[in-house]
Amino acid sequence: MQVPASFDYRRATSVAEALELLRRYGEEARVVAGGHSLLPMMKLRLAGPELLVDINDLHELDHIEQVGDELHIGALTRHRTLLESPLVGRYFPIVHDAEKVIADPPVRNRGTIGGSLCQADPSEDLSAVCGALHARVVIRGEAGERIVPMADFHQGPYETAVGVGEMLVQVRIPVLPGAGSAYEKVERKSGDWAVAAAGVALTLREGRIAESGVGLAAVGAGALNLGPVQELLDGNEPSESLYEEAGRLASANCSPVTDGRGSAEYKRHLAGELTRRALRRSVARARTAQGTTGEA
Amino acid sequence: MRITVDVNGEDRTREVEPRHLLVRFLRDDLGLTGTHWGCDTSNCGTCVVLMDGEPVKSCTVLAVMAAGHEIRTVEDLADGDRLDPVQQGFIEQHGLQCGFCTPGMMLAGRALLDRNPDPSDQEIREAISGQLCRCTGYLNIVKSIQWAAREQATAAAPEATATTTATATATATATGGQT
Amino acid sequence: MTAVDEPPVTPQEPEQGQGRGQGQAHERPIGFGRMKRKEDPRFVRGKGRYVDDIQLPGMLHGAVLRSPFAHARILSVDTSAAEAHPKVKAVITGETLAGLGLAWMPTLSMDTQAVLATDKVRFQGQEVAFVVAEDHYAARDAIELIDVEYEPLDPVVNARHALAPEAPVIRDDLEGRTDNHVFDWEAGDSAATEEVFARADVVVEQTMLYPRVHPAPLETCGAVAAMDPVDGKLTLYSTTQAPHAHRTLYAMVAGIPEHKIRVVAPDIGGGFGNKVGIYPGYVCAIVGSIVTGRPVKWMEDRSENLMSTSFARDYHMAGEIAATREGRILGVRVKVLADHGAFNSTAQPTKYPAGFFHIFTGSYDIEAAHCEVTGVYTNKAPGGVAYACSFRVTEAVYLIERLVDCLADELGADPAELRMRNLLRPEQFPYENKTGWTYDSGDYPACLRKAMDLVGYEELRKEQSEKRARGELMGVGLSFFTETVGAGPRKHMDILGLGMADGCELRVHPTGKAVVRLSVQTQGQGHETTFAQIVAEELGIPPEDIDVVHGDTDQTPFGLGTYGSRSTPVSGAAAAVVARKVRDKARIVAGAMLEVAPDDLAWTKGRWSVEGDPSMAATIQEIALAAHGSLELPDGVEGHLEATTVYNPPSMTYPFGAYVCVVDVDPGTGSVKVRRFVAVDDCGTRINPMIIEGQVHGGLADGIGMALMEIIGFDEDGNCLSGSFMDYLLPTALEVPAWELDHTVTPSPHHPFGAKGIGESATVGSPPAVVNAVLDAIGVRHADMPLTPSRVWQALQGGEVEAPQ
Repeated sequence: MQVPASFDYRRATSVAEALELLRRYGEEARVVAGGHSLLPMMKLRLAGPELLVDINDLHELDHIEQVGDELHIGALTRHRTLLESPLVGRYFPIVHDAEKVIADPPVRNRGTIGGSLCQADPSEDLSAVCGALHARVVIRGEAGERIVPMADFHQGPYETAVGVGEMLVQVRIPVLPGAGSAYEKVERKSGDWAVAAAGVALTLREGRIAESGVGLAAVGAGALNLGPVQELLDGNEPSESLYEEAGRLASANCSPVTDGRGSAEYKRHLAGELTRRALRRSVARARTAQGTTGEA
Repeated sequence: MRITVDVNGEDRTREVEPRHLLVRFLRDDLGLTGTHWGCDTSNCGTCVVLMDGEPVKSCTVLAVMAAGHEIRTVEDLADGDRLDPVQQGFIEQHGLQCGFCTPGMMLAGRALLDRNPDPSDQEIREAISGQLCRCTGYLNIVKSIQWAAREQATAAAPEATATTTATATATATATGGQT
Repeated sequence: MTAVDEPPVTPQEPEQGQGRGQGQAHERPIGFGRMKRKEDPRFVRGKGRYVDDIQLPGMLHGAVLRSPFAHARILSVDTSAAEAHPKVKAVITGETLAGLGLAWMPTLSMDTQAVLATDKVRFQGQEVAFVVAEDHYAARDAIELIDVEYEPLDPVVNARHALAPEAPVIRDDLEGRTDNHVFDWEAGDSAATEEVFARADVVVEQTMLYPRVHPAPLETCGAVAAMDPVDGKLTLYSTTQAPHAHRTLYAMVAGIPEHKIRVVAPDIGGGFGNKVGIYPGYVCAIVGSIVTGRPVKWMEDRSENLMSTSFARDYHMAGEIAATREGRILGVRVKVLADHGAFNSTAQPTKYPAGFFHIFTGSYDIEAAHCEVTGVYTNKAPGGVAYACSFRVTEAVYLIERLVDCLADELGADPAELRMRNLLRPEQFPYENKTGWTYDSGDYPACLRKAMDLVGYEELRKEQSEKRARGELMGVGLSFFTETVGAGPRKHMDILGLGMADGCELRVHPTGKAVVRLSVQTQGQGHETTFAQIVAEELGIPPEDIDVVHGDTDQTPFGLGTYGSRSTPVSGAAAAVVARKVRDKARIVAGAMLEVAPDDLAWTKGRWSVEGDPSMAATIQEIALAAHGSLELPDGVEGHLEATTVYNPPSMTYPFGAYVCVVDVDPGTGSVKVRRFVAVDDCGTRINPMIIEGQVHGGLADGIGMALMEIIGFDEDGNCLSGSFMDYLLPTALEVPAWELDHTVTPSPHHPFGAKGIGESATVGSPPAVVNAVLDAIGVRHADMPLTPSRVWQALQGGEVEAPQ
């Protein structure tokens, strides 16, 4: 079987220690949590860090808590924890939609939200979800913490705003009253990366859409916040014709490429189709949320 | 690095390279060859073991990352001669053919039943969806886990007769199959 | 993982066999019947013993360096840095092997294949060098240290361009070779076919590709080679489906005397034809052991498995079907371009370079048929015959079952009715088809009727039309297949001159327990159980009292191995025949015991008794003891109770079946959900229904995989795009439905107990059923596999769905 090249390993006992190691080793150090993206790359010898900083013992980064009008999710929170969290399900059904179709149960037992976002893979699901939810991420470094909107976090495929000697420590998602959200993904088989996917989050204020967010996965970089679609939606009453137009704009505002998962033309079609579907479900959920105390 | 891992209830201490994969640690260093490997990308799931009670893919966990954790492998499923109901279920329902995916499938089944003693067909299929089988087409694996669920429920039921039957079945197979 | 929004759906599971109640008691048959497997207790304890589980004292580890190019000249190989690695014991290159005369080896198709490349590399992933080191990690590190200088050459990737005059010549190692042509082959009657096509009312043409796929057993290929430097005996533990054939070939390749080679196939983690061929890695492990004087283990990783070992199919088929306006099929013809990769290494009987593809007339009463097959070299991995294909019956069934649906589409006929109208009738058997096969037995209409009733065909069609009116896409797809399996007889069937007949030895011990030794090798089919059942059926010794020995050339008689569904038809027959020999001898012994003439004895299972006086009897156990005791036996009768045989099958057996698949297609995304799958199989006499059902289940999942997601793809430079399970997709439990099975039983008239073989039926029969269902749903005549969401959507838009590379 494939095995990685040699490296050093340190299991961090505090965030400060992890940051110190990351500073010292610079580009040659990588953080490992779940390891399900990094270790296969290392086995293929496409990645060869000198040092792995294991943050699995940093339990302070494994939390889900409501602070004011935000939900704070620690970077070390496992996919499975997100999937099983009633709090997450109540506020952000989009996260549960996505988590059900991210990889598979054993992988979800290990993989973390921080690892998913930091991979900055344009096909990764939680990035589109966090984009749609207008999440912000907390990056900690020697000089303290800085907060970056999700839309700015990814700076290109496999590149993030996390600098040398820094770590993603938390994701913050605004909790909005009357919100609804949904994630729609097409995959070739369960556990596969998306052929294309769309996440939508919105609120309904007096019957009109507000604070909408639309994020796409697997249709090229830079689709985590589709400004034109969001501008179209905000302030309008939900309707099939609105969804139609939103889908058309989503299709127009992405840059898929042809690969083994599908043709660019098909993915562009999916961007529209899945945006429409996610919109319908988000609106339905928002209405349910407003009609009852929680979503069924 | 010197690591100590609790494997099947026993602390095992070894000197390992940081890059040593948990699956190889179990197989090569501890001789626990019931855990298999079938790919390099954490897709096939033949390497599934339980880490702190939950299924993980041991080809994508470093041995050093498992230090201080509890690992359970197929070798620990049976209690002496008495098979776990999941093991018995795989025999009863023909849940295996070549046997290669079987240890991981059984451990996933065990972990599922520990949390959900009465899973639906769909819940079982989801629980094993990270693991490939090339022989069985999965239906008999699903039935095997369902068999185990019913067996456990029967064994836990107060009716003495049911318990006796279950024990007799388990013992019969534990001692060698058909006789 | 319960769904949060939607409650999980629990599909209705059909009752099967004895039902699914907890009280389901397995039979404890003395012979055929549903019994639990004898091999399971070790597997469920994690005590199986696979090749990678073997640890020998002093064992070293090998790793293969492979070509990054599809086609390139090797300018130099620098191994000095690898050799300097402190844990490296040997670095072997093509040049090293050339010095030993081992750089090239014969393939199973009489071609040659490079063990380690010397002149050129001819596919991405080809073996270039082999490192032997103290541990696995060091071996993998050291291959990174080997510096190979390549001069890239233009590759031939698309088989359709392989014979173009300007195509680069791949096999310039073969003397006088100026093109990429491997063979031409034909079957059937060209003129007669021409004639029926000329008078047919309707002719439908359809080109189709059966894409390159891979058997991908979960255990990859590998070996542990241990050459004893003192007595010169090589022990090779390897992932092989054919230990005896491999031993003979190693003797031929390496020049090691055959009696000094022992090949052991321990537990095998799935084969499906992937483990029939001899791969360079096995030979390298042997050479590594000879060079270092220590055992050497080599196990390929998954990428190596997918990129270099035997793929399957890759048949470009241009088919035509001719019929009357009323839907009477008259003839079928097809031209095939077969992509064999860089070396012609298909494993199949020598006389049949296209395997048994010429059974493409299928299950129908057809007046004439003709096929032409042309094999070509391309810069891709070698192979073609694998993945439970019954020597390319897979491709044949796909062709005819797709063509019949195309004809139905053309005629506006119901595909089930069209099939029913053309199926062979029971009274036509034995039936000689128009390409030279003699089908042994069958009642095809009854089988199809059973499948249609089980699935509720008419109701499904009604549901479909209602859904169509609402814009919902649902499809029903059928296939009816006939296989030809169980190769021999030896006068027609050989591999590299080794006749396809199987030995078997049976010894009954004094206490009436027995050991049966087989030449075939199980990879999960349950031989340890079913072969004990065969002997039990014949002798009346309980199966648990019969030890089944297989997979070790030092302990078992010669035979060609397990592939092409031949274990039960050939070795199963051998087991029955050898048991009958023992039974005949037991009769003589019983006669001596009971002091009557053997002719006056009658057999009831497990005992010989005096005709007319059942109380005067000897059980097989009593007879065994007497045969080993002091009982005086008639002149010329030796003591003990044992026999040997070599079974040379008189003909092939012809399993068949009717499959119906029901799918739902999402019109907005092209996603396909297989809702139901009904399979009615006929494999003749059934040894162990539980095991038969299991074999069918697995093959049906293969069919869903191939139809919907599996393909080994390449880019235009010949880079393999499917080199891991991230891109070579296999179905999980969530992509397959709860199978619904039934069966009919039409015993084979020429097999000792009427069995036909079942191991590959479902893999052969299911892909066209799935494809036909999807195309039925979307109302498109044809689109090539795999029907991924993207390709289904493209077909739905009315666009041409380009055949994948």
